[in-house]
Amino acid sequence: MYDEMYDAEGQARRHYEALGQWLASLPPALLEEKRREADLLFHRVGITFALYGDEEGTERLIPFDTIPRIIPDAEWQFLCRGLVQRVTALNRFLHDIYHSQEILRAGVIPAEHVLTHEAYQVAMIGVDVPNQVYCHIAGIDIVRDGRGEYYVLEDNLRTPSGVSYMLENRRMMMRLFPELFEHYNVHPVEHYPQLLLETLRACSPHGMRDPVVVVLTPGQYNSAYFEHAFLAQQMGVELVEAVDLFTKDGHIYMHTTSGDQRVDVIYRRIDDAFLDPLAFREDSTLGVPGLLACYRAGNVAIANAIGTGVADDKSMYAFVPEMIRFYLGEEPLLRNVPTWQLRKPEDLRYALDHLPELVFKEVQGSGGYGMMIGPIATPAERDDFRRRIESNPANYIAQPTLSLSTCPTFVEQGIAPRHLDLRPFVLSGREVRLVPGGLTRVALKEGSLVVNSSQGGGTKDTWVVA
Amino acid sequence: MLSRVGDRIYWMSRFMERAENMARILGVTSNVVLCSTPETQQQNLLAPLTITGTTGAFFERHEVISLPSLIDFMGLDADNPSSIYGCLKQARDNAHAVRWQITSEMWETLNTTWIDMRAFGRELLSSPDATRFFDWVKERSHLFRGVTYGTIMRGEAFNFSRLGTFIERADATARILDVKYHILLPRVEDVGGALDYYQWAALLKSVSSFETYRIIYRDQIRPINVAELLILDRRMPRSLAACLEQIDQALSRVEGQNDHSAKRLSAELQARLVHGDIEEIFRDGLHEYLTDFLQDMGELGQRIQRAYLGAL
Repeated sequence: MYDEMYDAEGQARRHYEALGQWLASLPPALLEEKRREADLLFHRVGITFALYGDEEGTERLIPFDTIPRIIPDAEWQFLCRGLVQRVTALNRFLHDIYHSQEILRAGVIPAEHVLTHEAYQVAMIGVDVPNQVYCHIAGIDIVRDGRGEYYVLEDNLRTPSGVSYMLENRRMMMRLFPELFEHYNVHPVEHYPQLLLETLRACSPHGMRDPVVVVLTPGQYNSAYFEHAFLAQQMGVELVEAVDLFTKDGHIYMHTTSGDQRVDVIYRRIDDAFLDPLAFREDSTLGVPGLLACYRAGNVAIANAIGTGVADDKSMYAFVPEMIRFYLGEEPLLRNVPTWQLRKPEDLRYALDHLPELVFKEVQGSGGYGMMIGPIATPAERDDFRRRIESNPANYIAQPTLSLSTCPTFVEQGIAPRHLDLRPFVLSGREVRLVPGGLTRVALKEGSLVVNSSQGGGTKDTWVVA
Repeated sequence: MLSRVGDRIYWMSRFMERAENMARILGVTSNVVLCSTPETQQQNLLAPLTITGTTGAFFERHEVISLPSLIDFMGLDADNPSSIYGCLKQARDNAHAVRWQITSEMWETLNTTWIDMRAFGRELLSSPDATRFFDWVKERSHLFRGVTYGTIMRGEAFNFSRLGTFIERADATARILDVKYHILLPRVEDVGGALDYYQWAALLKSVSSFETYRIIYRDQIRPINVAELLILDRRMPRSLAACLEQIDQALSRVEGQNDHSAKRLSAELQARLVHGDIEEIFRDGLHEYLTDFLQDMGELGQRIQRAYLGAL
């Protein structure tokens, strides 16, 4: 087991030394008091998320942990290069499969695996998007194994969320513990909304100079509504819902109190299937009829592009290292977690034989739903999952159970190690950029490996320090 | 500003103002009913229902009218959308949908009001508690208006919030005057005479103008003066003239090249009030005058909705 703070001898690693001394000097009651203060502040600002399947639609706080996770600059530089490389290759891949499909013709990825994929959008074939960028905002989930090696666990290329917590967690830490920032030179993340706005403006249709950018949300009952509103507010752009938009002469407009205003770039936080009832799900009330036609005509930009989902499910994940080699002629800097694809008979056999050791995930699953962790599942859960896999093997992948790294976390019993991951946000405009840091999610239950907020995970501020 | 957002802000303010007016009407009714004769008591109890156009809805739920059943229906009834409960809920729901476009203080004021409203129970149907409840509603409305005025950027959100407040207020003042006048003054020849002092004082108090009346007229309460004060006097903040002045100012600040029919109508209505003459109004009939006014306000509301806020 790798701990972020302490080495095998129990000594604080160099970049955690000052934090360790500061923690030791604190009266224990103070940390509890600060946590209550943080809860109060988050509640007042309304930083909450709605939980699916919760009848009352109550809003909850994602627990915020006051002990930061620290990454030395040298490690971050490596991660950063690896992430830029990975997202660049993914964008090249998306352009390729909607154009000449060279990677399929070269036999690197089985063509039927891509072309029959549920998220492959035939409507996007031959459509040219600005700068050939499909995935403007990517959230790449990174974990460390028992030896401290970084691995990519998952690419989120559709509508990744969580960046508002990265920003609010930093604000909260600076407010609660200003003295701690005197000991560390923490790289800032506050300029993320500015970078996001630049990224969105960079994909304006026909290269126009001063595009009108909007954030498209499903509305106030969506679990990430707070984030949609927060980002729109921070960027100074309108937060729109489907009812605000309409098409006219091949363009998208919004109803405003001073008349109809043209919209050039849509940062959408709605899945492909709901974007346009004329093109996709006709029962969608969240979308704009005719949006796809405007988009295909190049009169409006959509970020992320339609059809990115084909590149981010858990079965395509296994091919990303090959994509990097194929498009960039480079060796991947960041490792993939070894993955068994259960649609392959030999992988299926192996995985079922080793069911108690492995983690099983639905190919399309997210949010910690539709997965089973072999070592901690009960026999009944294992039997149930085995039946589900056998009835539809192609819907599942298996991976070794990584012993995710831990970090000291403030829990009811005091300060104790808890497992965590890291989601940096990669922005692709004219260039690929990211702010130093990301969202650190932490599993608050002892021994738990599931960090998702919908499953009781919390978050930490993430510091990249010089 | 998005039309949808403007719409929410406009209705948020209308419903908060409506809750306040409802509390005023109920507060005065409680007082008047206590000191009226059996035959006028019935009239006075029915008046709030006539003012709000909810007589039918009331008698679907209650067989006979009494003060507690009236307060229950117009104050607490969750199924009556124009009860105080219903208004505060709708004000809060509208605010919730645009909580990122209004200030956090505005949102917190309406949200706290709604949370406190839900804690009130039927025990307040007894009169001392009821009075405290009406005062509380008025205070929350004053607070919301003050918080809005003191925190919001001077832009479209401010303009549409003001529009909502003053259109609702003008509408309420006209209705209260129309219905009360009808009860208090059954015969035309009584105009100008001194009538039941307490009833008239109550009417003035319901629109916070008892003291103002004293200062301006220094005289016993005469119906024609009351009407002049509530219709034409710009110094009285709940008068029709004062409301139209605010409406016209807010509308003239709204930007864009939308159809100008709302701006035109509000300028017309305001001019008519500025140059209005109370003797003339009475000659042509006060009731007819107020009926026309309410119709014009309805039309103005619809034109605002159409030009800026989107179809409902």
